[in-house]
Amino acid sequence: MVRLDKINKYYRVGAHSLHVLRDVDLEIEPGEMVSIMGASGSGKSTLLNVLGILDGYERGEYWLDGTLMRDLNERKAAHYRNKFLGFVFQSFNLLPFKTAAENVALPLYYQKVPRRKRNRIAMQYLERVGLLDWAEHLPSEMSGGQKQRVAIARALIGKPRLILADEPTGALDSETSHQIMDLLTEIHQTGITMIVVTHEHDVAARTQRVIHLKDGRVEADP
Amino acid sequence: MSLDRWLEILSTLGRNRLRTFLTMLSVAWGILMLVVLQGAGQGLSHGTQEQFKDDAVNSIWMFAGRTTIPYGGYPVGRRLTFDNGDYDALRDAPGVEHLTGRYGIRGGGFFGGEVIVRRGDKSSSFDVRSVHPDHLYLEKTIMVAGRFLNQRDLDGHRKVAVIGMPVRDFLFGPGADPMGQWIEVNGVAFQVVGVFTDEGGEGELRKVYLPITTAQRAFGGNDRINMLMFTVGDADVAESQALADQAIALMAEHHDFAPADKQAVRVRNNVEAFDRFNKIFKIIELFVWVIGLGTIVAGIVGVSNIMMIAVKERTKEIGVRKALGATPSSIITMIVEEAVFLTAIAGYVGLVAGVAILQLVAAVLPANDFFSDPTVDLGLAIKATVILIVAGALAGYFPARAAARVNPIVALRDQ
Ligand SMILES: Nc1ncnc2c1ncn2[C@@H]1O[C@H](COP(=O)(O)OP(=O)(O)OP(=O)(O)O)[C@@H](O)[C@H]1O
Ligand SMILES: [Mg+2]
Repeated sequence: MVRLDKINKYYRVGAHSLHVLRDVDLEIEPGEMVSIMGASGSGKSTLLNVLGILDGYERGEYWLDGTLMRDLNERKAAHYRNKFLGFVFQSFNLLPFKTAAENVALPLYYQKVPRRKRNRIAMQYLERVGLLDWAEHLPSEMSGGQKQRVAIARALIGKPRLILADEPTGALDSETSHQIMDLLTEIHQTGITMIVVTHEHDVAARTQRVIHLKDGRVEADP
Repeated sequence: MSLDRWLEILSTLGRNRLRTFLTMLSVAWGILMLVVLQGAGQGLSHGTQEQFKDDAVNSIWMFAGRTTIPYGGYPVGRRLTFDNGDYDALRDAPGVEHLTGRYGIRGGGFFGGEVIVRRGDKSSSFDVRSVHPDHLYLEKTIMVAGRFLNQRDLDGHRKVAVIGMPVRDFLFGPGADPMGQWIEVNGVAFQVVGVFTDEGGEGELRKVYLPITTAQRAFGGNDRINMLMFTVGDADVAESQALADQAIALMAEHHDFAPADKQAVRVRNNVEAFDRFNKIFKIIELFVWVIGLGTIVAGIVGVSNIMMIAVKERTKEIGVRKALGATPSSIITMIVEEAVFLTAIAGYVGLVAGVAILQLVAAVLPANDFFSDPTVDLGLAIKATVILIVAGALAGYFPARAAARVNPIVALRDQ
């Protein structure tokens, strides 16, 4: 599903350049559920952004489902994000002025699905994350756990092959974290490949494989 | 554009109502200014055009004056009078299209000038003009019944008259048929053969036209003519000037005065006057457009600025949309559509308000010689619409580009 071949990435900070990813090699099979751990600043989010084609890289090769992701124009990148990937963020990133249902439906708007159909499908996904009754509520009226469920429903609606979650439980208490991980695991069991960045060991423990990052290098990949 | 997109735009604009309102106000004001200024310019132009409507604008009028240059042994200050010989000479001259003389009849009454027109026990004073048949073209006389004077009237010194509608109404009663009836002009009987109207207004209608030859004979005019008028076809200013000079030369020969004597024959060249008038109004029109467009440009800059701030505020939203698969073009379309929508609605409000103001002015202010009919024509409405859409697109362009450049990682990182 995902193959990274000696990926190197730099950030330009003023006149300096910061080497954030160093020769990262990584292979993730279809249907795997992997977690990425590491100290703050070790490059976890950067790696996830590269995987999500939200950011580029300087050297190496990134193959997504057999296609080389390199020098994509914005339109192509948007297409892959829309059709292939689903994102779950620590801070949810819901649009505050849209209802739960509208937020969930948004990826379908960019697939040019008609409004009525879009809303119907959004309802199905809200039901799946147990929030059907909250469809018409704004994010500000929901708890953190509920918001993350909405975000997960939104990530799922485009029928992605790969879900990228950056600290999806980082803003939640342990009880809620647990429920979110239950939901993600359940989704993984439907066959979707999943990569979860986390600080928490019990979150990592629920994945099939843990990748440790240290100073931009993959440390232990058993 | 689908309903979907409309709802999307409305929901965004509805989020910051005050800002949306202020933006729209600036655009509405710009269009309102353009429409009102434009309408005022048109009103000014119409008002003055009204004055030209009455007579043929491609005409040259000539009046006899006094000599100021000694010539051919005559002293300076000699008073000239046109006569039928002048008419004949001009008639045969090239470039002269329609030609008429005018011989005014002076009343014999106590106050001198007025001419009494009588029918039975009804009488009043009207302006009586004796003219050639071509006078119809020079004065743009419009016949409503019967006919105008013709050459046979002149050749036969017939006692026929053509009267204006108010003259008919007064003498015969409103709408009555005066054809073949007799009226008395200064005591001489004339038979009515036609009724006319004229766009020049009441003053041009309270008139009676007689054949010039009949009048010259009946009222002791001999072969005198007070004034000569002719049209010059579609001659331009220079050509009309040349025709006027040619006419003066003919008269100089006939009356023995210096052709260079500007006072001997006074000329009113309507081609030139109309041209000058047109140039002035072209300049006024241009001025109006410059000011109006300036106001609109200010509106565009305002919209653009406000949209720019909006894009900054919406960085995060745009980042999220991009992460969910929004293409740069869909982001650009979104912002430009918002801007076009804003300007179009606001501009339309301004357009309607401007038209309303003009209508009000038109209703309150009676038409006069300087200002009339300040309405907005369809052409302006179309121009304004095009300007609005272009303005909206322009206003949206830079903010949209800024939005499309939003980097989703940066946008998603700031909490
Ligand atoms: N846009 C950027 N410009 C410059 N430097 C950056 C940028 N983004 C990240 N960095 C730097 O790159 C390094 C890796 O950052 P990254 O966000 O990937 O770390 P992380 O492992 O996700 O940390 P955390 O656990 O705190 O989220 C850090 O030193 C960070 O300061
Ligand atoms: Mg991080």
